[in-house]
Amino acid sequence: MRLEVKNLSVYYGKIEALKGISIVVDQGEIVTLIGANGAGKTTTLKTISGLRPVTSGEIIFDGVNINDIPAYERADLGISQAPEGRGIFPGMTVLENLEMGKYNRKTRKQEMSEDLARVYELFPRLKERASQAGGTLSGGEQQMLAIGRALMARPKVLLLDEPSMGLAPMMIQNIFNIITEINKQGVTILLVEQNAQQALSRAHRAYVLEIGKITKEAKAKDLLNDPHVKSAYLGTGAHEIF
Amino acid sequence: MINLRDAGATWWENASKLKRRSLVVSLVVFIYALPFLNNPLINTPGSMFESVLFYPIGMFVLLSLGLNIVVGKSGLLDLGFVAFFAIGAYTMGVLGTRTNLNFWEILPIAMGLAMLSGVLLGAPALRLRGDYLAIVTLGFGEIVRIVAVNEEFIGGARGIAGIPTPPDLFGMKFEILNPKPYYWLLVTMTLLVYWAVRRMAVRRPGRAWDAIRQDDDVAQLMGVPTFKYKVWAFVLGAAVGGAGGCLYASQILSIVPDQFSLNVSILVLACVVFGGIGNPFGVMVGAAILAYLPERIRFLTQPRQLVFGIVLVLIMNLRPDGLLPRKKREKFESEMK
Ligand SMILES: Nc1ncnc2c1ncn2[C@@H]1O[C@H](COP(=O)(O)OP(=O)(O)O)[C@@H](O)[C@H]1O
Ligand SMILES: [Mg+2]
Repeated sequence: MRLEVKNLSVYYGKIEALKGISIVVDQGEIVTLIGANGAGKTTTLKTISGLRPVTSGEIIFDGVNINDIPAYERADLGISQAPEGRGIFPGMTVLENLEMGKYNRKTRKQEMSEDLARVYELFPRLKERASQAGGTLSGGEQQMLAIGRALMARPKVLLLDEPSMGLAPMMIQNIFNIITEINKQGVTILLVEQNAQQALSRAHRAYVLEIGKITKEAKAKDLLNDPHVKSAYLGTGAHEIF
Repeated sequence: MINLRDAGATWWENASKLKRRSLVVSLVVFIYALPFLNNPLINTPGSMFESVLFYPIGMFVLLSLGLNIVVGKSGLLDLGFVAFFAIGAYTMGVLGTRTNLNFWEILPIAMGLAMLSGVLLGAPALRLRGDYLAIVTLGFGEIVRIVAVNEEFIGGARGIAGIPTPPDLFGMKFEILNPKPYYWLLVTMTLLVYWAVRRMAVRRPGRAWDAIRQDDDVAQLMGVPTFKYKVWAFVLGAAVGGAGGCLYASQILSIVPDQFSLNVSILVLACVVFGGIGNPFGVMVGAAILAYLPERIRFLTQPRQLVFGIVLVLIMNLRPDGLLPRKKREKFESEMK
């Protein structure tokens, strides 16, 4: 597995949201993309998963240019996303949400129950709430559901859009522990975050995205000590900005 | 206020197979027997009860069931549903008067043409979202009517007269003064559509539509080809509309473009919303009541529309999700948005 974004530009009408960014994610890694509100993080993930069209540049997955493959087929290729915010189906039960994660796989019953068991093991809370409507879950539980549902597709790469957004500190710890655990089980992860502290301490490599441009690329641990990153994304100032 | 929907659903979920079957059977028998229950308690003074059962009641039930696939299941606001009804009726009108084809041969053609126009409208329009889709479909409904007014080949503003009735079936004669066979045929068609809709709802297409309605983008992320399913919803809705139109034309025997005005689209949509958008059973009950009420109170003559309006506003205030809303948990959809 290798995901490569090359000189990617994406527009919303006349607004250039991404200005030629390049990112590489290799097998087994957690790569994080940090940046402030409006930097273009969500746009990056939506373009990789096919919800936004590419204006110029390339998205290469396992050596193949996937620019023109529609979003619903990219799920099949092994690209799976837990979308930003409450990206679950509120009117479906937890179980139905998880089953939707497998919509595209002509699944044998066997595979379904194996994967359900795996998700329930990672998120015991979801098992307790299996028959409850997605919309009745707490914010943290919805995030768990979004991640669990993305895992149901047996992804090669998992795209996570701000999994910590709007969660209590305890729940943030919990979610990041699980993300680390998922990665240890062999799933490659591209993690988009505003919570730079957590993201940088969990990831292997990191990119800093500022107003549509990549301004830094380094080992995640190194960025934790980078003066610019420290002042802009870590420490006390950060809480006021975000 | 007691929640009829939930009480009913709970009863249904806990009822034994036998109880459910008996309820369904008695309900179906009751519906087929309605033309014989022509008594002052329920009949419609001022118009022929059997005729009212066919149109508007039965017809609006069928049309609402069709529109519910589009609006209720996949969440696409279609304000031009009358177009498909008109296309079905005109297919029956034109082919019935100019060829030797009979009703049964024309019916699949009418449905096919309605479906084709569903694709032609849907393919470009379904790339739009929300309000834009509503406007384009509204325009489509009007275009079809205006074309009918201006196209002399299909009768222009005078419409088409002398449309043949369906051939006899099981010894029943289809005649304008005897609406019963039409009504029974309509009920049969409606039950078939209802059965098909229910089957689909629990299978892949149903899941796909649920997902699309709740979040189009996320549905795509799950691998749902959302555009394809939206076009399918449109096309299936169109087929039901076309079938209804075909039967309608073969009953009233002459059609004019004015019968296919925007009002019909709005009324069918009102039936869907009134009955409980997304719940096919609720939609049928809602359509039946909404179509029945104005006929029932026809004796009021002048204030009839006013009374009808007041009843509508009252009920929608008491039950904003409709008489029998969809599953309890799906209510969270609207709260989340
Ligand atoms: N649907 C949209 N239409 C127009 N502009 C948008 C849309 N979505 C995002 N943008 C703009 O694109 C830029 C990047 O947004 P986004 O990718 O959501 O940033 P982030 O996820 O980093 O907060 C922002 O300036 C935002 O205003
Ligand atoms: Mg974002």
